[in-house]
Amino acid sequence: MTQKAAITAQKIIKAFGQGAAALRALDDVSVDIATGEFFTLLGPSGCGKTTLLRLIAGFEMPTAGKILIDGADVTEMPPNRRPVNTVFQSYALFPHLTVAENIGFGLKMQGRPKAEIAATTAEMLALVKLEAMAERKTSQLSGGQQQRVALARALAPRPKVLLLDEPLSALDLKLRKEMQVELKRLQLETGITFVFVTHDQEEALTMSDRIAVMSAGRIQQVGAPRDIYTRPVNRFVASFIGETNFLPVTATPQGARLSTGDVIAAEGEGSVLIVRPEQLRLGPAGVGAGLAATVTGVVYFGTDIHVNLELSDGTALTARVPSPVDGGADFTTGQPVAVTFQPGAARLIRE
Amino acid sequence: MAERRFEVSRLPGFASVAIAVFVLLYLPILTLVVFSFNSGPSVAVWEGWSLHWYADAWNNEAVKGATARSLIIATCASAIATTVATMAALGTTRRAAFGGQTFIYVVINQPLMVPEIVTAVALLILFGVVKQATGYQGLGYLILAHAAFCTPFAYLPIRARLEGMDLSLETAATDLYANPWQTFRHVTLPLLAPGIAAGAMLAFVISLDDVVITEFVKSGGQDTLPTYMLGQMRRAITPEVNAISTALLGLTVILLTLFFILTRKKN
Repeated sequence: MTQKAAITAQKIIKAFGQGAAALRALDDVSVDIATGEFFTLLGPSGCGKTTLLRLIAGFEMPTAGKILIDGADVTEMPPNRRPVNTVFQSYALFPHLTVAENIGFGLKMQGRPKAEIAATTAEMLALVKLEAMAERKTSQLSGGQQQRVALARALAPRPKVLLLDEPLSALDLKLRKEMQVELKRLQLETGITFVFVTHDQEEALTMSDRIAVMSAGRIQQVGAPRDIYTRPVNRFVASFIGETNFLPVTATPQGARLSTGDVIAAEGEGSVLIVRPEQLRLGPAGVGAGLAATVTGVVYFGTDIHVNLELSDGTALTARVPSPVDGGADFTTGQPVAVTFQPGAARLIRE
Repeated sequence: MAERRFEVSRLPGFASVAIAVFVLLYLPILTLVVFSFNSGPSVAVWEGWSLHWYADAWNNEAVKGATARSLIIATCASAIATTVATMAALGTTRRAAFGGQTFIYVVINQPLMVPEIVTAVALLILFGVVKQATGYQGLGYLILAHAAFCTPFAYLPIRARLEGMDLSLETAATDLYANPWQTFRHVTLPLLAPGIAAGAMLAFVISLDDVVITEFVKSGGQDTLPTYMLGQMRRAITPEVNAISTALLGLTVILLTLFFILTRKKN
C-alpha cells in the first residue's frame, strides 16, 4: 500500500456520556485506508465499527483525534461538505421521492445542471440494473431493489469514499451472496474506495482487500484476509475469524511445550499455541510421530467432518477432515489417534 | 374448549346503553338541524320544510360581518399557531433531549390546562392596557388570543408525525450534500406536510368555535359567528340560529374528516 491514503484516522477517541459514566466507543483508533481499496471494519456488535464509520461520514464528532480525507483535515467539517457518501443499514430511502429522484438527490443538492443529473441518474440506474423502476416509489420495490437504489444514490455524486454500514444484513442468504458479488463488481468498475462495516467474517474475508478487526473500541489487527486468517495476532482475532484450537504452552529453546510433554515447533511468540481445525492430520495411533489423542465425537457436515478429540492431559481439540468417500477413513468415538500438524500451521500468540 | 375472551359487547344491556348514548349525543344536534329547515318561526313547533332561514341568514348583514371576521381570525390565528407549533415540534423532537424539555411541553400546552375563563380575564386586562397605550382597536387582539390557544392543538398532530419519522432520512440528506435548510425544505417539510395540514385544520376548527375568550377580548362591533349567535340567544330564538349552526357544523365536519384522513395510520 504505497498509494496515498483516502482516509486517515489519527488517535480517535469517541466517548458517549460524561465523566466517570462515559463509555469509550472508540479508544485510540488510528488507521490508514488506501485510495481504491475495499476496506472492511469487522467486529461484533458494540465494537465501535459503526461509530468509526459515522465519524468518517461526519454524523458524529470525535472526542479527540483527527480525521483526514485525501490528506485534508475534515474533523470539524459537517457531513454535507465531506466528499463521502453512505449506504445506510436501513437504506434510508426518501419515501416521498421516486427511484430516479432518490438517485439524483445528491447531485441536485450540489446544484449540478439538470441535464447532468438526468444523465448520471440514467447511468446509475443502468449500473444497478433498475432502468425499469426509475419512476416507481421506493415503497414499491423489494428489499434487494431498495438496496440497489441506496447504492446508486450514494454512488451518483462520485464520492471519493463510499461508506457502507452493514448494507447486506437485511437481505436473505441467497440475495446477500448476489449482492456481495455485485458490490465487488461496482467497486472495481467505479474505482471508488469502499469502507464496509460488517459483523460477518465470511463476508469480510471474501470481499475485502484489507480488514481491520475491531473489539472493545480498538483495532486489534489490520491486514489482508489471508494474513488475518493465517497469522492472527491475539486470541480475539483467532477466535472471531474462523475456528481455532487453543493450546496452553510453555516456551522452551526446542519449541513450544504442551502440558503432555510434547514439544512443537511454532512461529510467533506467546503462551498460547493456535492451529486451525483443517490443518490437523489424523493417523493411526502408535505409528510414527504425533500427539496421542482419543476421539470424543464425530459431526458430519457433508463437505467434511469435524472430529472432536481429547489429548492425554484433557485438552480438547477439533479436527476438520475431508468427508469419507464410500465409508473410507471414518472415526468412531473412543478411537485412539495420532494428531499431527501441517508444516507451519501451528502459531504462538499472546493471550 | 377454547376459553372465551372477555368482550364488553357481550355484557347484558350493552346494546341499549350504546343506543341511549348515541341518542343523547346526536338527537339534540339532529333536532337542531331539522328545525333549521322549519318554515315557521319556532325552534320547537314544526310547520313544514323551507330554506328561508338559510336565505335570511345569508342576507343578514350582521351574520355576513360575523362570518367574515370568524374566517379572517381563524385563518390568521391558525396560520400563526401552525407556524409556531411546527417550530416548537421541530425543536422538541429533532435534537437530543435537553434540560427543561418538560417545562417547554408545559408552556406549549398551557392553554389546554389553564381554565379558559382565566385566560380570558387575563387577556382582557392585558389588552385593555395595550389598547390604551397604543390606541389600536383592530382584530389583531383576537387573532393573537386565538393563535395562543390554538397552538397546542396544532402542536400535537405535528409532533406525533415527527416522532413517527425516521431521523435517518435527514441524516441521509445531509450525507448527500444537503445543508440544514435544504434538508428541511426537501426532506423534513414534505414528509411533515400531512401533520402540518392536520394541525392547521384542527387549529382552524378550534378558533372558529371559540366563545369564551372571544367574548372577553372583542371590542364593540367585533362579533364572531359564535358570539353573534350567543347575542341572538338573549333575544327571541329563531331557526336562523339553527341555520347558522348547521352551516358551521357542516364546515367543521368537513375539516375534521380531512384531519382524520391526514392523520390516519397507513397500512
